[in-house]
Amino acid sequence: MSDRFYVATRKGLFTVDRRVSKWSISRAAFVGDNITLVMHDPRNGNLFAPFNHGHFGIKLHRSTDHGETWNEIPAPQYPPMPEGYVPKPIPFFNKPLEWSLKLIWNMAPGGPDEPGVLWCGTMPGGLFKSENNGETWELNRPLWDHPKREQWGPNGAEWPGIHSICVDPQDSQHVSIGVSTGGVWITRDGGNSWELTGQGMRAEYYPVEQQFDPNVQDVHCLVQCAANPDVFWVQHHNGMFRSIDGAASWTEIKDVKPSVFGFTVAVHPKDPHTAWFVPSTKDEKRCPTDGRVVVNRTHDGGQTFETLRQGLPQEHAYDLVYRHGMDVDETGKRLAFGSTTGSIWVSEDGGDSWQTVSSNLPPVYAVRFAKS
Amino acid sequence: MATVRFTRNIQRHVECPTREVSGFTLREVLDEYFRENERARGYVLDEQGKVRQHMVVFIDGDLVRDREKLSDRVEPNSVIDVIQALSGGKI
Repeated sequence: MSDRFYVATRKGLFTVDRRVSKWSISRAAFVGDNITLVMHDPRNGNLFAPFNHGHFGIKLHRSTDHGETWNEIPAPQYPPMPEGYVPKPIPFFNKPLEWSLKLIWNMAPGGPDEPGVLWCGTMPGGLFKSENNGETWELNRPLWDHPKREQWGPNGAEWPGIHSICVDPQDSQHVSIGVSTGGVWITRDGGNSWELTGQGMRAEYYPVEQQFDPNVQDVHCLVQCAANPDVFWVQHHNGMFRSIDGAASWTEIKDVKPSVFGFTVAVHPKDPHTAWFVPSTKDEKRCPTDGRVVVNRTHDGGQTFETLRQGLPQEHAYDLVYRHGMDVDETGKRLAFGSTTGSIWVSEDGGDSWQTVSSNLPPVYAVRFAKS
Repeated sequence: MATVRFTRNIQRHVECPTREVSGFTLREVLDEYFRENERARGYVLDEQGKVRQHMVVFIDGDLVRDREKLSDRVEPNSVIDVIQALSGGKI
């Protein structure tokens, strides 16, 4: 059971610890800096915090002492473009894609049988791998050089990106990634070859003939059940989806109140039928429906949902939760999420009730438990 | 020798003292500077060697024109200022 989680925000990185009866912020680091993510490696306790400095580019910091001290380590770098190569224009933007790191959008530790291995998903669409705890990084060329990669579209930013990385806990060579905008891709050989999947996903925002094209799917967040890795859940721009066959095919979950739109999803680590979503009004508004923050939970694989609200603000709340803004611990009992309004809530009963940790933080990008 | 000066704001992340270095183009001058301060290179230039989108460079008070190849001419007594642009500073 996790007694600590980390919160990456627009203005710093915060550590939240469980005290005798309440959770509270125990440390603020990098105050004023734009920390776009935080990753905790359960194999060795290492912490990683990517920065987006705006002026000075994307940087990466690592702590090997649970956040007491930090050191800058190399961030992934795109290689030089091959001689004579002209990148195709990014769809919609009609300008060439730069081979330059724009954002570290996700990081994930490799499996327990491959110590030191880290995966890093970035904008503008490169997946990087480190085999030495982040000392060096290498662009995964089989995915980067795949002709369909050049068809990936932009999202809220101007570039496509990899925001979700799921390493199969039973097979480290099996890695699934979520791309915005570019669907779900799978490797079963540690990244030597990749397959585009996503049959059944639907992109309502595309012309009818292209709505089921797997490579145009705007996956917002992809998660995999640790106990049953064949089960994936997705919060998609278009709604909610679930797969029970290893992401080969997807079932759309419709008519969920108050909304099927959102960015984040978490799956119970032991129960593949249980998942949590944080809905918001689709899609131009992107704030809680009727100003009420709620969490939608299913225990039956998405057939029915409960709308959980005990302890969450139920009037004039306009908190949006980003795709990495919610996490669940190893037990499935403790959850935490944070919002663009700088609120953090934590639950110790699977979401039945919530306590407010803060309402005054900077906009929250990511919440991650320290897991063992 | 040209003089290279850096914005105060970069110093919080990576130390960049003012130095005199040789070179006939901006590329040559910055390469010479970063040779002894490799970490600072990535704060000013991207991995393709271009000036970062939200950084600007002046040579003797004139904005550098070639932000990709850094071919702008540098005189022996030039002063080069590397600063952050007003853009890029999200609140």
